[in-house]
Amino acid sequence: MTYFPEEVVEHIFSFLPSHSDRNTVSLVCKVWYQIERLSRRAVFVGNCYAVRPEHVVLRFPNVRALTVKGKPHFADFNLVPPDWGGYAGPWIEAAARGCVGLEELRMKRMVVSDESLELLARSFPRFKVLVLISCEGFSTDGLAAIASHCKLLRELDLQENDVEDRGPRWLSCFPDSCTSLVSLNFACIKGEVNSGSLERLVARSPNLRSLRLNRSVSVDTLSKILVRTPNLQDLGTGNLTDEFQIESYFRLTNALEKCKMLRSLSGFWDASPVCVPFIYPLCHQLTGLNLSYTPTLDASDLTKMISRCAKLQRLWVLDCISDKGLQVVASSCKDLQELRVFPSDFYVAGYSAVTETGLVAISSGCPKLSSLLYFCHQMTNDALITISKNCPNFIRFRLCILEPKKPDAMTNQPLDEGFGAIVRESKGLRRLSISGLLTDKVFMYIGKYAKHLEMLSIAFAGDSDKGMMHVMNGCKNLRKLEIRDSPFGDVALLGNVANYETMRSLWMSSCNVTLKGCQVLASKMPMLNVEIMNELDGSSEMEENHGDLSNLSKVEKLYVYRTTAGARDDAPNFVKIL
Amino acid sequence: MEVAAASYVADVDNFKATELRLGLPGTEEEPQKTAVVPTPPSTPRGKKRDVSGPEDAAKKRDGEAAPLAAKVQMVGWPPVRSYRKSCFQQASSTKSKPAAPEETTTAAAGNGLFVKVSMDGAPYLRKIDLKMYKGYRELREALEAMFLCFSGGADAPDVNPSDFAVTYEDKDGDLMLVGDVPFDMFISTCKRLRIMKGSEARGLGSVKNN
Repeated sequence: MTYFPEEVVEHIFSFLPSHSDRNTVSLVCKVWYQIERLSRRAVFVGNCYAVRPEHVVLRFPNVRALTVKGKPHFADFNLVPPDWGGYAGPWIEAAARGCVGLEELRMKRMVVSDESLELLARSFPRFKVLVLISCEGFSTDGLAAIASHCKLLRELDLQENDVEDRGPRWLSCFPDSCTSLVSLNFACIKGEVNSGSLERLVARSPNLRSLRLNRSVSVDTLSKILVRTPNLQDLGTGNLTDEFQIESYFRLTNALEKCKMLRSLSGFWDASPVCVPFIYPLCHQLTGLNLSYTPTLDASDLTKMISRCAKLQRLWVLDCISDKGLQVVASSCKDLQELRVFPSDFYVAGYSAVTETGLVAISSGCPKLSSLLYFCHQMTNDALITISKNCPNFIRFRLCILEPKKPDAMTNQPLDEGFGAIVRESKGLRRLSISGLLTDKVFMYIGKYAKHLEMLSIAFAGDSDKGMMHVMNGCKNLRKLEIRDSPFGDVALLGNVANYETMRSLWMSSCNVTLKGCQVLASKMPMLNVEIMNELDGSSEMEENHGDLSNLSKVEKLYVYRTTAGARDDAPNFVKIL
Repeated sequence: MEVAAASYVADVDNFKATELRLGLPGTEEEPQKTAVVPTPPSTPRGKKRDVSGPEDAAKKRDGEAAPLAAKVQMVGWPPVRSYRKSCFQQASSTKSKPAAPEETTTAAAGNGLFVKVSMDGAPYLRKIDLKMYKGYRELREALEAMFLCFSGGADAPDVNPSDFAVTYEDKDGDLMLVGDVPFDMFISTCKRLRIMKGSEARGLGSVKNN
């Protein structure tokens, strides 16, 4: 291969589909390393602190698409204190200096400021795609900068961000010359937008395929917009309350009927049951439906709609659908691949109309099911065993029984056997979240059978260090392990330290690991950052204590990740990096 | 007089002591933290009813045997994104909910939508029913009629309409200029009106002449 001219090698590399393949070829020899790095177009950074942004930019100066992820997953549930980190600024600044050809930026769980968005908007003349997921720290002023200056913008996709509302001005900042939009998602924007500006923007965006509106957009505006977008594939509605005239809804149906390409529907903010029948004409063509932000629709409304969606592949819904409703889903949606059932009651051990019955029904009606997120009131081993046999193709299986440590509802036994069946039957399982009453045995099963597992989430489970050690020893492909409120301590933490080099990260909170254990880990593995967070009294008290007592004190929160960047310099004072 | 007052207070105290209620003596009943077994959720949809059939009754009984601390809130549990939780809070504040702490002016259909109207410099406020008006022009005319007496008179003989701006406070507490959004949407988000005049309003009033 070294006799081939560089262009040929580069061309061959362009056929490599995945980041890991390209990473591998770059290790073969110096020549290949150079060719690979200069021709790399997409870089994925799973942990923003694993590598310095300057180094990424230096190595891949011609990158066009950059993806960076910040806070650990448990930050979604407020387990990571605010101001922990995950700042987008250094990444955008480094890219602005080192790769001005950047066209796409995707960020998840990062803190993005308006200044950074302004810098982004002004630094990359070919910028086309901005995707922000679960980010925070910016306002609609930052979006105004993006709209104003990114002349070639194709995608502005804002998913579930916490955005400060500074008025509707931002949407009007798209210049008249901006006609390139393919995807616009502002569902998470809390404030109002100017409907006239929105209509005009849609009217001059003939390539629009995906549009997700926010709560403020009325039915009338939606109808007017849909008339302009006959090629729309994905729609997030505005509000569908019953405060509108019936004529508005007739106009909406007429407009929807023209959207023959529409496959995916979401939004339904504040949806009134009255509005539901107006969506019926669309149902037969839908492959994706998200009703999970609509607590105003009950099981009967939901099932009337879903029973018409024979082609549905992806369904997100609230637990008010109830077991009976899930039976309807099971008999109507034979192609279902992904199901998410979210709780409508956020209390611990809150009420849920959904139990193991619903899931068993789904599994028997929808054998293609491969991705599941299921919040429920209770579960049984029998049900899980049945489910595992009905659906052997799970890639993602996330079960959340609302009451921690709840046993099998019929037998009062732990749910070890049930989850054991899932990992045994679904050999391709990559992501697993377990709940309910669980002993070390379930971890023995996981370590033994879940050979392709990449991400495991554990809460209130296990009896002893042995549990965690089963996982660390058995799951060779594990990338992310997150544990809360489980009795794993230093022995488990230090049981197989070499693993942490092959994993992206480990999170442990409210477990039994001590400061001493963490210090040992840090000293054994210099390529890891071992971050501990004790909110109660900060690190100062630990330093003042002289005796062994302080070392045996339990660490409230531990976050361990491999890194080439060394200890980060932006850590707040409640984070101690050992 | 004081003695009478004191004894009245004492009577009130005694009344409380003899009041019949559930709970151990000496404990105060806290509405939110009372140990309650799981019940069907109080979703924003006021008339939420139990959708389960008879065979689910057995399961609910199991549920009711759950520990008394059922209504506890624990950090990060259930594992639901804060974005989702905040959406639900927003949802419940738009629907009429009796338990809502903040003063909501959105009422169930048919009850009238009274909001306070203040005008800078006027000694008292007024209240109007937003549902009485079909559009912005009618609303503005009504406001002008209401507050003309404060702007006219010897102080300001020539009243310039462009010196007034009608603004409103929306659900999020932000001060917005009236007229940007469809009237129907405005009605559903408007919590109170404020007529600004003078230098703050100069030029703004002339923009919207609807």
